[in-house]
Amino acid sequence: MELKNRDLRDIYTDLLIKYAKENENLVIVEADLMTALGTKRFAKTFPEKTINVGVAEANMIGVAAGLSNMGKIPFTHSFTPFATRRVFDQVMLSVAYSKLNVKMVGSDPGVVAQLNGGTHMSFEDVGIMRNIPTMTIFEPVDGVQLHNMFPKIMKHYGPLYIRLLRKGFDPIFDENQEFELGKATPIKDGKDVTIFATGIMVSEALKARLSLEEQGISVSVVNIHTVKPIDQECIVREAKKTGAIVVAENHNIINGLGSAVAEVLGEQWPTPMERVGVKDMFGEVGKLPYLMERYELTAKHIESAVLRVLARKN
Amino acid sequence: MDKRVYLETQAKEIRKSTLECIGNLGVGHVGGSMSICDVLAVLYYDQMNIDPKNPKMPERDRFVLSKGHGGPAVYAVLALKGYFDMELLKTLNQAGTSLPSHTDMNRTVGIDMTTGSLGQGFSASVGMAKAIQLDKQDNYIYAVIGDGESQEGQIWEASMFAGNSKLDHLIAFTDYNKMQIDGTTEEINGIHPLDKKWEAFNWHVQVIDGHDVIAIREAILAAKKATGKPSMIILNTIKGKGASFCEGNVNSHNMPVTKEMVKEAIEGLN
Repeated sequence: MELKNRDLRDIYTDLLIKYAKENENLVIVEADLMTALGTKRFAKTFPEKTINVGVAEANMIGVAAGLSNMGKIPFTHSFTPFATRRVFDQVMLSVAYSKLNVKMVGSDPGVVAQLNGGTHMSFEDVGIMRNIPTMTIFEPVDGVQLHNMFPKIMKHYGPLYIRLLRKGFDPIFDENQEFELGKATPIKDGKDVTIFATGIMVSEALKARLSLEEQGISVSVVNIHTVKPIDQECIVREAKKTGAIVVAENHNIINGLGSAVAEVLGEQWPTPMERVGVKDMFGEVGKLPYLMERYELTAKHIESAVLRVLARKN
Repeated sequence: MDKRVYLETQAKEIRKSTLECIGNLGVGHVGGSMSICDVLAVLYYDQMNIDPKNPKMPERDRFVLSKGHGGPAVYAVLALKGYFDMELLKTLNQAGTSLPSHTDMNRTVGIDMTTGSLGQGFSASVGMAKAIQLDKQDNYIYAVIGDGESQEGQIWEASMFAGNSKLDHLIAFTDYNKMQIDGTTEEINGIHPLDKKWEAFNWHVQVIDGHDVIAIREAILAAKKATGKPSMIILNTIKGKGASFCEGNVNSHNMPVTKEMVKEAIEGLN
């Protein structure tokens, strides 16, 4: 499967088709966004495994729960706000509390929603899902990570939320890279400061690192692709090593990855830290470069955060 | 034994055990538990393919109580059928119990879906019926929804999809006791004409006396014959039916119940 320079939704649909051939229980449950999310190709290959309930997200989750209760492995699809906040109670009770096995995909997280604007621009979806006991939250960075993690997702029993980018982004990982749910992936080692980044912020973190290294600052970059369960051991290890932490996420700084990291550090190894993310604001319409600037999510903002945290170190 | 006498006897036993279950705690959802005892008797003693000794039998029929607060009546029938010891009924809502207020498949043997947030159980039962359709299986999914619950939007999302999907192994009932927590359904947010609504959503609809066991049985048999459509059987019921202290009383949704009240109600049933 070609993994570089392709839209993630194409890779994702390839993966669904591949695993549906291997596992007869895989089904997809849709709420009228197959065209947007690219799952129509799956529907053509497996029309009988494609269940489109129409514009009815609550029922999408309920039906998926019922399918799981009969042994199916349903994957549900919507944009991030409607995959989470619109169906919070259904995900909480019909799926998680009921101990059922539903994989929920929300696409176009945060600023990636772009021209769909504020109503569709969820900076809260990770926070919502993080509040649900037993939930796993996975945000792939690139096609390699999505592809290589997929067998682990199929093996995992329980509610799992995939925060999926639709379009292509800079490839980061080598095709042989292994990933585990709940285990952070170190990308670059360094000794002065650690940047924990997720999703589209990983490439920004790597750009910031280049500039910082030129200034003689040694920067560790770690990808936390699984926001829940969070890799506590890796966070503490990095904090002990560098003594300064920056977290970068395409999400509200409240209740997202930054909060998760702060919770671990606060209890286990208090360390100066800065959060790069959306400062408790609503979304708005715009193209990605504008929105990254508007919500202070660029490499330049990460670099400033690193300099701030280093000033507080010791 | 005559079928009517047999099923009415079972319904009476379910009512007595439901009253004892709630009475031992002293408070509970009496009204909506008592109104579904007859349909439970027909399902569990006549219609459902189940085996209490093998509660997870894959080919079994499933029962989803979408109005999850009627749990005590289901616990009563499950205990009477031998899924668990009758003594367990005394533990309803006590610390550490396996019998919570609202039905929970991970806590109670014999419960097929976790419910409690209204509208959700019905959606899940539609998904379960969809799985049966996909796998071309012969078993049935039975669901009971409340009339107040029918004000939930998710009921109609699920209804529309089930009708369009021709889920003819889904047989649902509405416990139409015409009362909800704050008053009568017509006072609060009327659902009349309920049968026309379900018909408009492509369901096979029957309206019957929800306390007539033979009428319930015949309606289920007719529903099984109605291929190409899911079935809605609207049960005209009386809230609190058989509980002399609250029958037909809007305050019966969740009320205090003393042991004396239970004793008197059971004497009335006998």
